[in-house]
Amino acid sequence: MRVLIAIPILSILLVIQSAILSRIPLLNGTSDLVLLAVIAWALQKRVQTAWYWGIIGGLLVGYVSALPLGVPLVGYLLAVGLALILRQRVWQVPILAMFVATFFGTILYHLISLVALRVIGVPMPIIETLNLITLPSVLLNLLLAIPFYFLLGDLAKLLYPEELET
Amino acid sequence: MRNINSRSFQTVVLAFIIIGVIVLALAGYLSPFTRLVVNPFVAAQTWLSVRFQTLQSYMNAPQDTVRLRQKNLELEAEVSQLQSEIIDLKQQLSETRILSALVDFARVNPDNRYVAAAVIGRDPSPFIKYVVINRGSDDGLRRGMPVVTQQGLVGRVAAVTSGAGRVELITNPASSVNVRLEPSAAQAVLNGSLTGDLALGMIPQTTSVKTGDLVLTSGLGGNYPPNILIGQIISVRSQETDLFQQAAVQPVVDFNQLQIVLIITNFRPVDIGPLIPTPNAP
Repeated sequence: MRVLIAIPILSILLVIQSAILSRIPLLNGTSDLVLLAVIAWALQKRVQTAWYWGIIGGLLVGYVSALPLGVPLVGYLLAVGLALILRQRVWQVPILAMFVATFFGTILYHLISLVALRVIGVPMPIIETLNLITLPSVLLNLLLAIPFYFLLGDLAKLLYPEELET
Repeated sequence: MRNINSRSFQTVVLAFIIIGVIVLALAGYLSPFTRLVVNPFVAAQTWLSVRFQTLQSYMNAPQDTVRLRQKNLELEAEVSQLQSEIIDLKQQLSETRILSALVDFARVNPDNRYVAAAVIGRDPSPFIKYVVINRGSDDGLRRGMPVVTQQGLVGRVAAVTSGAGRVELITNPASSVNVRLEPSAAQAVLNGSLTGDLALGMIPQTTSVKTGDLVLTSGLGGNYPPNILIGQIISVRSQETDLFQQAAVQPVVDFNQLQIVLIITNFRPVDIGPLIPTPNAP
């Protein structure tokens, strides 16, 4: 049942992203709060519901966005997978894992969006997309990565309290 | 006896001296002397008095500061409240101006029926240009309805739920609009782009196109009603080796500042898909 907390949290983040942050672009790129939340959640110790968060986030964004529904879903699930791998490999430096997961997660998600849009016939010049959308978005996401990691860390501690050894 | 007389004599002499000094003082003859003696005392007292007053004021100061700070806080709260009211009033004024302009636009085009909607968000993906509006199928909105402002064309309704709608802007990379140029009356196709710029293509080489020409919807294709203003040509690129000329268009609508839009509800797009010949058709 603890996974249900993802619905209000990701919904609120999506509303903030759509109503405010989408109006504050850097060049043409914007930050992706849902992606950041999903990645930050997947990197928390003791959290077992990261895949559910990826699915819920993907479905919410897919519902609101005009992108094909599968794009955010696949993109967020791949980002969760990447974050989980990093959590196992660089568990001693979670901040570094957050930065790496945000960097590659954003690029991965944008790559999937780009391919999907080109497949359905939308003209998307690759170099222009990289320069004007992906790189600014990566920068904005990296700026927000640390606050998100700690916010979601507090939430994880609340939902999955550390068991005391006797 | 001698002692008594001697004391009496001393007392009398002393009395005379005192009386003499008093008389001299009253007459003003002792002023320089008095000044010389009194001034140091006055200076000392002044110094002491000033220090005491300073000390007294310092001792009383905390009470005054607290009171002043409290008053200052009250005034700051009042200022904040007034500023908040000013912002609200400015917002209302801005919305009233926009609505007034939209009403004027609707009056100029009485054939159309409009529903006004507020823009409440943008697509979360930076790859595509869509906005979210606060009107949906409950308000009579259907997919494909054109969306305008008092300035010109915005886009068309791409999807609706009961209480909200998603509008595809003409700046979306996947958007293409059939347009007519004025005054040449040439037909062309307007395309959106990744950066939100509008590019005009398919302009015949034989057509004379100039900077400043107006771009309006042509109505061809059945997706938009004709004669809705879109923008103005700002540059033309024409090469003899190309089949068509190209041009850049400055839209009349500021897509970054969209607040309220009008949806033309009595226009139904025509689906010409079945009329387009396919290679396998008989």
